[in-house]
Amino acid sequence: MKRKLEISELIFKIISYLLLTIFAIACLYPFVYAISAALSGRADVEYSRVVLFPKNIQFEAFKTMFTDNLFWNSYANTLYLTFFGTLWALGVALLGAYALSKKRLLFRKGFNFFLVFTMWFSAGIVPQYINYLNTQKVFNAVGIKDDKWLVIIAMGMAAMNIILLRNAFEGVPSEIEEAAIVDGATEFQILGKVYIPMCKSTIATVALFFGISRWNGYFWARQMISNASERPLQVFIRLKLEEFTDPEHMAGWNEVYASDSIIYALIVCSVIPILVIYPFIQKYFAKGVNMGGVKE
Amino acid sequence: MKNIASDYLIYDETKGIYKEDPEQAVRDDVEKHQWAGVLHIILRDWRLYIMLVPMILVFLFWRYFPMYELLGCFKVSDEVKPVAQQFYKGFSEFKGLLFGSSAKSYDFWRAMRNTFLLSFYGLCFGFPMPIIIALFFNEIRSNVARSVYQVMTYLPKFMSTVVMTTLVTMLVKQGSLTSSMGVLSQLFVKLGLITSEVGNAGLLNAPGFFRAIYLVSGIWEGAGYDSIVFFAAIIAIAPTSYEAAQIDGAGKMAQMRYVVLPSILSTIVIMLISRIGSLLNVGYEKVLLLYNTNTYMTADVVSTFAQRYGIQGSLKGLASAAEMMNNVVGMLLVISANTIARKASDVSLY
Repeated sequence: MKRKLEISELIFKIISYLLLTIFAIACLYPFVYAISAALSGRADVEYSRVVLFPKNIQFEAFKTMFTDNLFWNSYANTLYLTFFGTLWALGVALLGAYALSKKRLLFRKGFNFFLVFTMWFSAGIVPQYINYLNTQKVFNAVGIKDDKWLVIIAMGMAAMNIILLRNAFEGVPSEIEEAAIVDGATEFQILGKVYIPMCKSTIATVALFFGISRWNGYFWARQMISNASERPLQVFIRLKLEEFTDPEHMAGWNEVYASDSIIYALIVCSVIPILVIYPFIQKYFAKGVNMGGVKE
Repeated sequence: MKNIASDYLIYDETKGIYKEDPEQAVRDDVEKHQWAGVLHIILRDWRLYIMLVPMILVFLFWRYFPMYELLGCFKVSDEVKPVAQQFYKGFSEFKGLLFGSSAKSYDFWRAMRNTFLLSFYGLCFGFPMPIIIALFFNEIRSNVARSVYQVMTYLPKFMSTVVMTTLVTMLVKQGSLTSSMGVLSQLFVKLGLITSEVGNAGLLNAPGFFRAIYLVSGIWEGAGYDSIVFFAAIIAIAPTSYEAAQIDGAGKMAQMRYVVLPSILSTIVIMLISRIGSLLNVGYEKVLLLYNTNTYMTADVVSTFAQRYGIQGSLKGLASAAEMMNNVVGMLLVISANTIARKASDVSLY
């Protein structure tokens, strides 16, 4: 009996390691390949002789990228959108979530339904598009000409994130708030000096959710931002891909590197900042999922 | 203004402390003063209501106003006039889409079918993967090794949709006279999964492969990261449960069946229900970035249908009607899934 048990366990363990290793390699390989393909010589990329490591190394593809002003411009735009977009969305969400977490709030159930209903039903992209066009007109009329601010203010709010924050605020013991009230603190002071410091990790998680969605935003940025110098990185990458897979454009290609190398170089450049902060943000993500799963 | 504290801090005799009973305070106030009581409460907590204002405005302007624009589905579409001034024409857009014999109606039904199928396959194949991976993670006893595996498998989740689809497009790209097909296609040809003709024509141009590409890239992107929830449930199982099962003579499979599975069942059910609730919410951005005219047959979903007809084209009424039907069915699914969850396990998702 004892021996049989060990064998079945051993087999399962071997299978686990084997399949996990295959999956982990599959997860990592495209990134390694992208770096190698961005650095390899033209013929090696075009005839897919690059498998893992770069061959006939050249840096021209990266050099071309780095001397492209529009690339830096789009990078700066993405950072701008991510920073101000996260700040705005987090500010609105913090204030709203704090108010909603108070049981003494009148019509609390109504306000909650107002939020949750947007998770159940969305009007769809065409009415949203009409709505954003109208917003654009209003913004232009009041003097906000930069479409980036339309994206920052009108988009990216998520009811789920507000609910996450509300749940965290509800978990703060009321005795602490009472102590602050007795000391004469106003609601804004209680939020700033009691709730925000006590729910730091949830707030960090929600800020990350907002930040990642801003960094990754593509569809509406492409629809609403018409000016080439205001486009974010994601739109820039997509437009480059569309340009470089167009056969007409490819016909006159006359460089020492393959056109694909430019695309791979772009991918590498857009992923690197995330890889740099990845070790720091990973733990918050794991925490956020555990907290955000279920709430009665 | 009165001192806020005195109104809703009540003395709890059993504990001998002051305790907040806000709801009772609210009820008392409203009962005592009727509408004057409501006004009194709002005036007392005016700062709270000020805090709600930005959130309400954001949701009103950019979530609820679009719903008002949906009236356009029932009206004669007029590009110049705002929706309030257009004339009603009833349900003709809906009828045309549902029962018409036009090309648009055909496209709509195709989009509905594709939306459902993409989600359904995602549910069948995509849903079990994170659970399996979590089980595998549990087999790795060394914390360091497990962290390494976890870091590697979470990685694709942090790419944007654009970068992910760009990578996919490049890895399975078509071959031409001056260049060969993408490395992934070459691998598939070598493994005998596809013929070299299909690989050379580009996998993304083959309607038969779109769903597979969509599913596999989705699993590749999310399975590692989604396993976090299940892994957390598995490591919460007490070691004594395994020991008891071992003493009873349970092998590895029996332990899985009688110890692990029952322990993580509630997590699985909750995740499954939330997945069913969003069955008709296909990530349109990904489809939009991966499909092309050759693959509309299997790739076109309702949102991309709406994007093509309503944003690129000018049939705004028709496009919003199509999406509205999809979203109403989606909402019914969410609400029923939530109701079932509440009845079955006393947890509700919202």
